[in-house]
Amino acid sequence: MDTLLIHALNSLLYAAVLFLIAGGLSLIYGVMRIVNLAHGSLYAFGAFVAAWMVGRLVAGPTPTAVLYLVLAAGAVVAAGMGATLEPSLLRPIYKRPEEYQLLITFGLQLILEDLMRLIWGPYPLSVSALFEGMGSLNIGDSIYPTYNLAVIVVGGLAAAGLWAFIYRTQFGVVLRATSQNMRMAQAMGVNVNRVYIEAFTLGCFMAGLGGAIVVPQQGAVLGMGVDALILAFVVVVIGGLGSLEGALVGALMVGVVREFGITFFPEIELAVLYLMAAMVLLVRPNGLFGRA
Amino acid sequence: MSPVPGVTRRPSAAAVLIALVLVVLPWVVEPYQTVLLSYGLIFAIAALGFNLLLGYTGLLSFGHSAYFGAGAYAVAFTVKYLKVGSMELFLLAGILASALVAALFGLVCVRYTRIFFSILTLALSQVLWSLAFKFYWVTGGTDGLRVPTPTLLGVSIGAGQDKMVFLAHRYYYYVLVIFLAAVGVMWLIVHSPFGKALQAIRDNETRAEFVGVQVWHYRWVAFLISGAFTGMAGALWVPLNGLTTPDILHWSFSGEIVFFTVLGGFKTFAGPVVGAVIFNYLKTFAVGYTVYWQMFLGLVLVTLVLALPTGIMGMVARLAQKWRRAPAP
Repeated sequence: MDTLLIHALNSLLYAAVLFLIAGGLSLIYGVMRIVNLAHGSLYAFGAFVAAWMVGRLVAGPTPTAVLYLVLAAGAVVAAGMGATLEPSLLRPIYKRPEEYQLLITFGLQLILEDLMRLIWGPYPLSVSALFEGMGSLNIGDSIYPTYNLAVIVVGGLAAAGLWAFIYRTQFGVVLRATSQNMRMAQAMGVNVNRVYIEAFTLGCFMAGLGGAIVVPQQGAVLGMGVDALILAFVVVVIGGLGSLEGALVGALMVGVVREFGITFFPEIELAVLYLMAAMVLLVRPNGLFGRA
Repeated sequence: MSPVPGVTRRPSAAAVLIALVLVVLPWVVEPYQTVLLSYGLIFAIAALGFNLLLGYTGLLSFGHSAYFGAGAYAVAFTVKYLKVGSMELFLLAGILASALVAALFGLVCVRYTRIFFSILTLALSQVLWSLAFKFYWVTGGTDGLRVPTPTLLGVSIGAGQDKMVFLAHRYYYYVLVIFLAAVGVMWLIVHSPFGKALQAIRDNETRAEFVGVQVWHYRWVAFLISGAFTGMAGALWVPLNGLTTPDILHWSFSGEIVFFTVLGGFKTFAGPVVGAVIFNYLKTFAVGYTVYWQMFLGLVLVTLVLALPTGIMGMVARLAQKWRRAPAP
């Protein structure tokens, strides 16, 4: 029973981080119809910035509460990068066939991966002090790191916050209108350029936040973005590109399959995930929650 | 209609000249240069196959590493399990394996177009990557599988002969002949009624369907041919590289195939070939010059997409047109 609970918690942990990445990817696709191949790199950037900032400030074995807030710097920097990249690189190619959009974001991904190597060197950064600083909880006979629970809570809060933002605010209405019909929204007086830049920034913020909260637990490693991107793809393909509910459900499904896959069928764990995505596309081309 | 009329109608004097240069080359330059060019020609075969989908059928595959890798691993498996050492059997195994994988994946993928096609091909290729990565007792995992020097047409490498010399002469010519044959076959395919039907599908799927083209079926056959060409390239690549690792199944290698096709220009027949050879030089140069070669390639790609979307061949065609139009002095 306890082990099952631990498995469930681990699944939720994966799902929380995955939702932050895939939710941003899906949001960007939903609004701008762009599949951002550099999205995983922004997640990795968030992780590196957070690790670096905390590493500068950490002193002594017991971290102060402020340091946990410093992690958010990763999200802020990723958002800033999004706000710069959208108008400079993406805006010129919206009118071109989508092949070019994939290509330019692929090029961007190559650049960002090496930029991280250039700035932080080839070695992993870690801030495990933050992970250990929170201690662990006893769950039955097992112990579980408190920090993992915190990540799950942050993921849940992010999902709730995003939902409220999109369905309960003026900005959310504009965002959804643009997503549904960009021309019509423009005709009604929506500044589409501004909506695009805001949506892209928000998506990058979420990716950066995902990277930042994962850092104390896993550290920041080169290549983490590329792996995360593919998993995020699986999530959005299952859930439906452009749908946030889909990203949430997809992240939960992938989280569960990964957790049990690693335990019970480690050899084919990844293959099962990709096949799952392919199967969903076959049966429901637009994903479980996608719209045509 | 051929993608750029007038430029690619028949083998021009330039093409014949280039073929001649390719034949003479091993006698003129260092073996290293010849081997480097062999890599370029092999990637060019993969790009030819890839462009049957992108340039002629209008489908952007982000999973062609699967077929290249299927060809390469098929060769490695025939060495490991069947103890075969003949290049002809290697090619046969590579083509069969990649065609089989392409036939299977194609069944799923050709029902979609645009972004969904790209993501689906990517996801399926990652299935193969993760299998090659995880089943290390079969595939050698990240260590990969070694492939010894094969016999060419039954003749093995001479005792005590330098492998570099073998690769730079006999193997180079072997690759060159297959490359020229591949170019010829692909030329016939894209100019056949079948090729025209693919272009009709690319330009307007609905209309093509109304004039009686079975869209899914044609796309599937194109997918199959495309995969088999790429797999043949993979089979040729392994003996040259001596080793196959999961890297060539990873989606970033698919990205490279897309890259060199766009670099050359996917709207021309010759574009992918030119792009593959140039990309190979570009990457070799960048890797030797800086550890940040990915960034360099990324910058090239971004610049290319923003400033030169028709690629090298598109630019050449434009310059040629301008030059022809200019009044004689």
